[in-house]
Amino acid sequence: MTVTAVPDIHPPVRRGWYARNQIRVTPWLFLIPGIVFFSVYVIIPIFQSFWISFHQWDGLGEKVWVGTAHYERLLGGDRKFEVSFWNNVRWLILYLLAIPAGLFIALFLNQAVTGIRFYKSMFFFPFVLSQVVVGLVFSWFYLPNDGLFDVIVGWFGIDIRGGVLGNPDTATYGIIVAGLWPQIAYCMILYLTGLNAVDPEQVEAARLDGAKGWRMLWYVILPQLKPATFIAFVVTIIGALRSFDFIAVMTNGGPFGSTRVLSFYMFEESLSEFGFRMGYGAAIAVVLFFLMLGFIVYFLYSMWQGEKEAR
Amino acid sequence: MFPTPIGKRSRAAQITYQVALPVALTLWLLPLIAVATFSIRPESDFVAGNYWGMPGSFEFLANYGRVFFESDMPRYLLNSVFITVPTVIGAVALSSMTGFALGVYRFRGNLLIFFMFIAGNFVPFQILMVPVRDLTVNLNLYDTKTGLILFHIAFQTGFCTLFMRNFIRQLPFPLIEAARVEGVAEWRIFWFVVLPLMKPALAALAVLIFTFIWNDYFWAVVLTQGPDSQPVTAGITSFNSQFRAAYHLMSAGSIVAAIPPVLMFFAMQKHFIAGLTLGAVK
Repeated sequence: MTVTAVPDIHPPVRRGWYARNQIRVTPWLFLIPGIVFFSVYVIIPIFQSFWISFHQWDGLGEKVWVGTAHYERLLGGDRKFEVSFWNNVRWLILYLLAIPAGLFIALFLNQAVTGIRFYKSMFFFPFVLSQVVVGLVFSWFYLPNDGLFDVIVGWFGIDIRGGVLGNPDTATYGIIVAGLWPQIAYCMILYLTGLNAVDPEQVEAARLDGAKGWRMLWYVILPQLKPATFIAFVVTIIGALRSFDFIAVMTNGGPFGSTRVLSFYMFEESLSEFGFRMGYGAAIAVVLFFLMLGFIVYFLYSMWQGEKEAR
Repeated sequence: MFPTPIGKRSRAAQITYQVALPVALTLWLLPLIAVATFSIRPESDFVAGNYWGMPGSFEFLANYGRVFFESDMPRYLLNSVFITVPTVIGAVALSSMTGFALGVYRFRGNLLIFFMFIAGNFVPFQILMVPVRDLTVNLNLYDTKTGLILFHIAFQTGFCTLFMRNFIRQLPFPLIEAARVEGVAEWRIFWFVVLPLMKPALAALAVLIFTFIWNDYFWAVVLTQGPDSQPVTAGITSFNSQFRAAYHLMSAGSIVAAIPPVLMFFAMQKHFIAGLTLGAVK
């Protein structure tokens, strides 16, 4: 008996390496340009900043290794650093007021009357303006004696010496209020979108159970607005720690350096008129980075949890 | 609906609400209204200390005319356009690719790369400032629009990737599988299947990035100087030193600088808000 080999009637199609590995290779081909760009301009510079912060460097000549000297100087009683740090804390805390204020306006505007769309977009409008323009607008609003703000508080017999921005006691708060204006608008739009998606049946059920007003808001509405609150929290924290434009435009750090924040101080040191102190600037940026890192880790952790649920 | 629809409340409440709306809006926009009235006043009003009374005369055309014909403002505006438009195109192009890769394929390191993009996007700019400035100087791109554009594209790719990837995740996956079964090449799936479905995301991102980049100030002062390449946000400060204390011109200048993103917002409102609030609803 002879065993005849069954001829393979389906000879393997000759396919190129790419065709065979298409599914595995394609994502990387699509990712490479983005990853290259992002690494060169964002990821690698973070580590370079760490490296530079251990050096004395004017941006042109040789870097001179100074070890942790910059950090010792920063934490060992640099007055400007202390002022900047505490101002950053003020920014962080007060900027968070944008979230309840945004929610309040969103609740106010969440009605179906004629023309409400116009009102919603006009309330949102400040967010579209550049921070430079908002800063200028508010610095004119705050002008000593002639500014509208001074005129209005003048009616109540309040006189701020030197104007809001000229007085070291009020300047930072004046700037934060200017910063809150567009930020409230942003939080408002987040909440308006969130309110739109609130489950009407749950609201009706709660109403039948006699819930209304604050209790309704706290126990029924707010839990459903959680995704909006999370995003509002993320963008507000980041916005607070990034605040630079307002300070540069409105007071340039003054009066007497009282409105500096870390981002502004860092810029000032790195590109100062008295020679570039890139190393010291980088050290300040690293401190700011670590301030932010706690929040970043928390944000990423929450998003990671969301991703795991989605799988 | 929460709060209780005003239509179900008493007549008095309805009238109160209708009155409260315009009052609240006026208070909300008060600083802006104040500046807008500055920009149409004649210079003599400010000399006479008449900041808030009736304008002495209506000088809309004269003031805005001087902004356009007697300053570098038009150049700065043009620079802003030449910086913003390529950045929008570049960032949207790069991120539709990264978003496609991260949203459609399962491979090791997918989530890790995705989170790298998100994390980089949260970082305070200042930590990038010294190295990026150094890199730009070394590439001979300091004080050029190109230097600014390249950085903006790279940085915005972080946010755009987050956006695109999440959007692609919501697309019907069977569509892609069907195309694969038909033997369509992967890049053709991207171009002919996924990209057409992403139009709303592309539009939303384009308007958002346009506004972000147009309004950028920090990188403009770090990477450029002078009217050859500075965008309008940075130019407005030199404009203001040219017209020091001339409030009627400074306010007209700021309004001009603010107008393009405002127009963009009102023209593309739906996309703009859809982009900003992505993720605000589960």
